Amino acid sequence: MSAAPQKAKAGAEKIDVLVSAVVPLNDLVTRFEFKRTDGKDFPPFSAGAHTVVEMQDEGRTRLNPYSLMSDPADTSTYAISVRRDDQGRGGSLFMHQNVSQGDPMVITYPVNLFALDLRARKHIFFAGGIGITPFMAMIAQLERSNGHWELHYAARSPELASYATELKAKHPSNVHVYYDSENQAIDLGHLLEGQPLGTHAYVCGPAGMIQWVHTTAAELGWPEDNVHSEEFLAPQPGKPFQVRLCRSDITIDVGENESLLEAMERCGVDAPFLCRGGACGQCETDVVEHSGTFDHRDHWLDEAEHASGEKIMPCVSRFLGETLVLDR
Amino acid sequence: MTIQFNEETFRDDYSFRNSDWAIKRFPFPFHEDSYMYSVNMEQHRGGPAGSVYEKRFDVDEHYVSEMRDRALVLDDDPLRCQSLPHMTLAGWDTLELIMVSKSEDYPDLFELHRDGDQWHWINRPMGIEQKFTFLDETTLPCGPLEYITRQAQGDFAVLDQRDEMLWMDAGMVTTQADWSLDFDIGMNFFEWHAPVPLAHEMGIFKRALKFLLNIQQGAPARRLNWTMTVNPLLDTSPENYHKWGIQKTQMTPETIGAKQHLRVELQTFYRLPRSNALLFPIRCYLIAFQDLTTIPKWGRRLHRVIRDLPEELATYKGFIDNRPMMLDYLSQFDDGQPTSPGIWPDLTSEPALKK
Repeated sequence: MSAAPQKAKAGAEKIDVLVSAVVPLNDLVTRFEFKRTDGKDFPPFSAGAHTVVEMQDEGRTRLNPYSLMSDPADTSTYAISVRRDDQGRGGSLFMHQNVSQGDPMVITYPVNLFALDLRARKHIFFAGGIGITPFMAMIAQLERSNGHWELHYAARSPELASYATELKAKHPSNVHVYYDSENQAIDLGHLLEGQPLGTHAYVCGPAGMIQWVHTTAAELGWPEDNVHSEEFLAPQPGKPFQVRLCRSDITIDVGENESLLEAMERCGVDAPFLCRGGACGQCETDVVEHSGTFDHRDHWLDEAEHASGEKIMPCVSRFLGETLVLDR
Repeated sequence: MTIQFNEETFRDDYSFRNSDWAIKRFPFPFHEDSYMYSVNMEQHRGGPAGSVYEKRFDVDEHYVSEMRDRALVLDDDPLRCQSLPHMTLAGWDTLELIMVSKSEDYPDLFELHRDGDQWHWINRPMGIEQKFTFLDETTLPCGPLEYITRQAQGDFAVLDQRDEMLWMDAGMVTTQADWSLDFDIGMNFFEWHAPVPLAHEMGIFKRALKFLLNIQQGAPARRLNWTMTVNPLLDTSPENYHKWGIQKTQMTPETIGAKQHLRVELQTFYRLPRSNALLFPIRCYLIAFQDLTTIPKWGRRLHRVIRDLPEELATYKGFIDNRPMMLDYLSQFDDGQPTSPGIWPDLTSEPALKK
């Protein structure tokens, strides 16, 4: 059919916003709140969704995904919380150092890769550090629908435990906070063992914590589909390399501090993407020819696909070697 | 534009008719002189003025009568509308999407006034006025999905998305091309498509699933599908096959032009914001062969498509036995002249029939 052919654009639909508040929470984390520039309401969203924030950093466009942490029922404001990463590629530093109230920015429509399973009789949340953000929205959503939930939140210290005080005060019997500084730890085996049938577990935090929850749940006989996780990977720097894009008929250089996806975009290639963190699968690209070693860093392709050398996720993965030709 | 709503039936005396306006805007599904499956998706972002693609939910002259037919089907068989317990939020999403779209796209026909969660809905063509509390089921006469889809043309499948899969967990299905919500409820995407021939081998469903899982908020998509129906029946369900199946054998060369209808589904796909479910509206358009062939390009092309269609597809679509009679009839409208590419009628540029 071709009623009105339009080429699909890469990424989700965009919304022009103004930064309506910048709220430092502690040494590392700051909350940014947005209103729509056109004064309209935001679209409602489902808890667990993220938005990709576009940053104009001295001629360079940075696109970073952040979980929406505001109440999904509140369509007047979207909010994200950003942890400053001094060793990172600069997106979070840009947010902390260059973004102030009143600034215009562009964000995308919500995309959910970490949705609640609404069949669950009970939801048990495991948060590590800044991984608390999607659970803020999930808790707000479940409170509205009288959902059954509990939260186990591990943080480095009381000073760095964003939103812990507020959550404890509002939901004293559902919220459990653990501080490394006080040698407290989540008793995971015990917690997972005692849950009623139909419980779904959700984890968001450092890679090690996510792995720990999946492994422990599997050992205790939890069905795989009842354990949900989300981890956005930031693209890591690496040695520069060259890529031939055969459909676009160009050869491009990928610099040390940019991802393959970013290099394609810089060269005007409209490559598909959604999460930019190795999770959604949207940027999956076929390898036509290669001689060298892949540095696969995504969560999307399985081990066999990584080993096959036939596919790459350009948002986070890199390449070392002589020749790489992609079908893009 | 003010629509004149037809007084017509889709059963018994079959008084259903398409006006000249409805014939010219019919969603003819063949963009070339042959047909094979493809994942023929495009974005659903409007279309030419007056076309069925222009609005998010097209309202046409059949609206009021179609809704009356839906009510009759539901009276006989309440299981045509079902919603598993976890799909209530998706039902509210559907209600919100349809009410907001219709009130914005047809302000002379529908009004929606919202004050926080206090909503006031006016449906002029159906004479309905309802005040209710959004997200509070007790304030509507029935569940939100049933409530709004009794006022919206076409079927609605509401698909939950979990574990990289879509699940048929709710719907309103009374105008279907021989499939049953009651049978498919709870099935996953591959299970409910199991009866379709050829497409599995072609990898169509794997690619289609991948596409659908990635449909995002604010970026709906659409495609067309088609089949054949004898008499303008909306409800060609497996449940009622004993009533309508026999009608396929009651056509003659004299009646085929009036009785044989091309049935086209405008399928759209929306990511629902609050539930993250996928809404799959399937809007059915019917046109009698004698009306369709008044458009010279469509008459030529339909003859060629039906003639060359693989046997498996003619069987699956349920018209293999009637194909010879259909071809006899349609061949009168095919003079062998070339057709222009695309689905539009091209009335001014396409030559008249030379026969």
